[in-house]
Amino acid sequence: MRPDQLLHPTPKGLYCPVSDFYIDPVQPVDRALITHGHADHARSGHHSVWATEQTLDIMAIRYGEEFCSERHVANLRETFVLNGVTIGFWPAGHVLGSAQILVEHQGLRIVASGDYKRRRDPSCLSFEPVPCDVFITEATFALPVFRHPDDVGEIQKLLSSVQQFPESAHLVGVYALGKAQRLISLIREAGHNKTIFIHGALKKLCDYYETQGVELGPLSSATLAKGEKGDFAGSIVMGPPSAFTDKWARRFPDPIICFASGWMQVRQRARQRGVELPLILSDHCDWDELLDTILEIKPREVWVTHGRDDALVRWCELNQIKARPLHLVGYEDESE
Amino acid sequence: MESFAHLLDRLVLTPSRNGKIRLLVDYFARTPDPDRGYALAAITRDLDVASVKPAMLRGLMNERMDEVLFKLSYDYVGDLAETIALVWDSEQRTAGQGHDVQPASDKSAADLSLTQIVETLNTLGKTEAMGQVSNWLDQLDASGRYALLKLVTGGMRIGVSARLAKQALSEFGKRYIKIDIIEIEELWHGLEIPYEDLFAWLEGKADKPSHLAAAPFRPAMLANALADSDMRKLDPDHYAAEWKWDGIRVQVTSEGGTRRIYSRTGDDISRSFPDLVEAMDFEGSLDGELLVGRPNNTGEIEIGSFSDLQQRLNRKTVSKKLLVTHPVVVRTYDLLADETTNLRDQSFEMRRGQLEAFAKRLDPTRFDISPLIPLTNWDDLAQLRENLPHPVIEGVMIKRWDSIYVPGRPKGPWFKWKKDPMLIDAVLMYAQRGHGKRSSYYSDYTFGVWTEDDALVPVGKAYFGFTDEELKQIDKFVRDNTVERFGPVRSVKAQRDFGLVLEIAFEGIQRSKRHKSGVAMRFPRISRLRWDKPPHEADSLTSIESLLTP
Repeated sequence: MRPDQLLHPTPKGLYCPVSDFYIDPVQPVDRALITHGHADHARSGHHSVWATEQTLDIMAIRYGEEFCSERHVANLRETFVLNGVTIGFWPAGHVLGSAQILVEHQGLRIVASGDYKRRRDPSCLSFEPVPCDVFITEATFALPVFRHPDDVGEIQKLLSSVQQFPESAHLVGVYALGKAQRLISLIREAGHNKTIFIHGALKKLCDYYETQGVELGPLSSATLAKGEKGDFAGSIVMGPPSAFTDKWARRFPDPIICFASGWMQVRQRARQRGVELPLILSDHCDWDELLDTILEIKPREVWVTHGRDDALVRWCELNQIKARPLHLVGYEDESE
Repeated sequence: MESFAHLLDRLVLTPSRNGKIRLLVDYFARTPDPDRGYALAAITRDLDVASVKPAMLRGLMNERMDEVLFKLSYDYVGDLAETIALVWDSEQRTAGQGHDVQPASDKSAADLSLTQIVETLNTLGKTEAMGQVSNWLDQLDASGRYALLKLVTGGMRIGVSARLAKQALSEFGKRYIKIDIIEIEELWHGLEIPYEDLFAWLEGKADKPSHLAAAPFRPAMLANALADSDMRKLDPDHYAAEWKWDGIRVQVTSEGGTRRIYSRTGDDISRSFPDLVEAMDFEGSLDGELLVGRPNNTGEIEIGSFSDLQQRLNRKTVSKKLLVTHPVVVRTYDLLADETTNLRDQSFEMRRGQLEAFAKRLDPTRFDISPLIPLTNWDDLAQLRENLPHPVIEGVMIKRWDSIYVPGRPKGPWFKWKKDPMLIDAVLMYAQRGHGKRSSYYSDYTFGVWTEDDALVPVGKAYFGFTDEELKQIDKFVRDNTVERFGPVRSVKAQRDFGLVLEIAFEGIQRSKRHKSGVAMRFPRISRLRWDKPPHEADSLTSIESLLTP
């Protein structure tokens, strides 16, 4: 069996004709396997959904309990059979609940890794390599310029700026699922125990992480009742980046705009967005980690989903590894 | 090197002046000599080290890494130094070594100081420098590599002027001693990199460094703005009046064979004006206005337009052709030193007399005297100010006859009385979000005027001149009337019967090939919001073309 007979790209997403399911479909389908809860991968409106329990919980938080008709919990590191095809979910290290999906049929093993990273993340399980014939990788940061520095140093940048500018509020732009909770965990690990103020968009997911055993320390709402005056000087405030360009941000004294993202590696990106303190912190692999992962798993073939596939495919060619871009559409390049 | 690199990273992205000063002051406070001195010199662009050409760096990268991967990277980042800083050592992966690569944390980057780098570079020639740079790149982290590459390619664009650096030094000094920035400006050109004596003084550990420079800068005396009503209280008999020329205020000093042209804030700008330097065959120090000009057939200097002068500004090197087509001259205001005699403690009246005698010995094609305007009563002067005789005059100066020359902006002795700005009514077309404190406000405005076929064409951009309250009102208007969004920019509803009319004040308007409208304004700002005015009553391109500066 050729690999693309088992799994191939379609406008709705990666499709398995043998078993009739999609992985991370971008349009409503009958049967969907979901790698993780980010909005471009996990959409509402499918009939049956297979995902880890945490991903299903996150989808319910974001879309309401009616986000699909049938939920199927996939236990990590276990396999089950769906219409004759063996399926398994393994931790991907991207956000809480994220998983790679193994699809196995007639001895052919394909792993769709979804989004993943290799760094330690105190807010989710680490990536586990799964032997396979075809490894489907993301390529969000697949350029040799993306080399994420050590997390500890980035957190230190933030904390020393908070000390240096005590009259300011540091407004940190974060993605509501994953990045926010990871950043808070890392700040706590660095010994900062003061209250962190969060935008309303982060609250439900932070609460959920706490129920899953991820301790986030004292958090408080950054949104005030009308007429109320908050004292935000010297504090860290987190919210979606869009909130900081909105009127919402005017309550904060001498704000310093920060943004926690892998894109912050490139100065011009930071400047364009008006970011004063870029924190290079990503939930995706950097260039080195992508290559390390491919070299570690040693698949016969690499398929590249969304992102900068040209550089990764080029590197594979140079290293005599068979590779092809899938040109999947509907996943956000800027998904940080 | 790490803390210097970190400082650069922060400075580049910090929009606020005070924020930059804070970053610099903290850096000076926690960095030992001589590192902080070399950093200061790098920031003020006084540091002169062996340079590396971008082409050499490109060549080096092509040897080290796959050309296609480098090109993809460079295309994405857009800046050579930054691309190299980020991709450095990634090429080891392309050789397929994978796991054998040493993690960055094992490197001894912390050991390499800015001082080591600068002092080593000073001993090397260009070809040796390239090899050494390559070694250092192996030892530094990405941020350090970026700082190093910017240092050796001489492209340190970090938005910090020498003036701002001096301001930070004076703030730093204020932690320990009583000090005025003027003292630093005065000393600056006598100091030597890495400025250990300066820092020792600022920290209160040593006396003020003595004046060592030949042809030192003498801090400039500045005037206060004058409101119409103020003047009635002054007795015209006590004052002299002269034109306020709209060029670059300079101090030209030639002493003991050293010739220097200083800006108002003490930056040495001699290198940009070699034609003038050559003509400075005098002993003394003059205060005046630098302008473009040449003698006419009666031997008097004819002053060129402000756009002529702009051709000569902000250039590192000047072409021979430009020296011929756009010669610079100095229209002198004051004489600060005659030979070795200091005149600053004498009255303006005395100095003016000395200046007239002194000027007779100057090259008449390069120097003349700013003429005095007869002053008998303020009404006559007001008349003159309404009808300025030359487009490069921006108002009148009023100086007390008995005023001695003191640094800074003392209250009383000198006044400037600028002409009124030009005004037009324009229509708000685009608004862009600001930075820092203003990042949640649409605070940068592009405005336009009507063309003959009733379309709007942008004629300028302004981001100040309004109050905080007005900013909120415009911001609300922008958000309520957005037509399209382009990243941080919004286009705003602007039709003949609906839109926001802005009264724009500006100092002059010139032809410009770079702008769609064909005109460019000088120093535009918002003077009033005309909520009352329908957009179709705003100005037309034809009407503002009639304001063009001749």
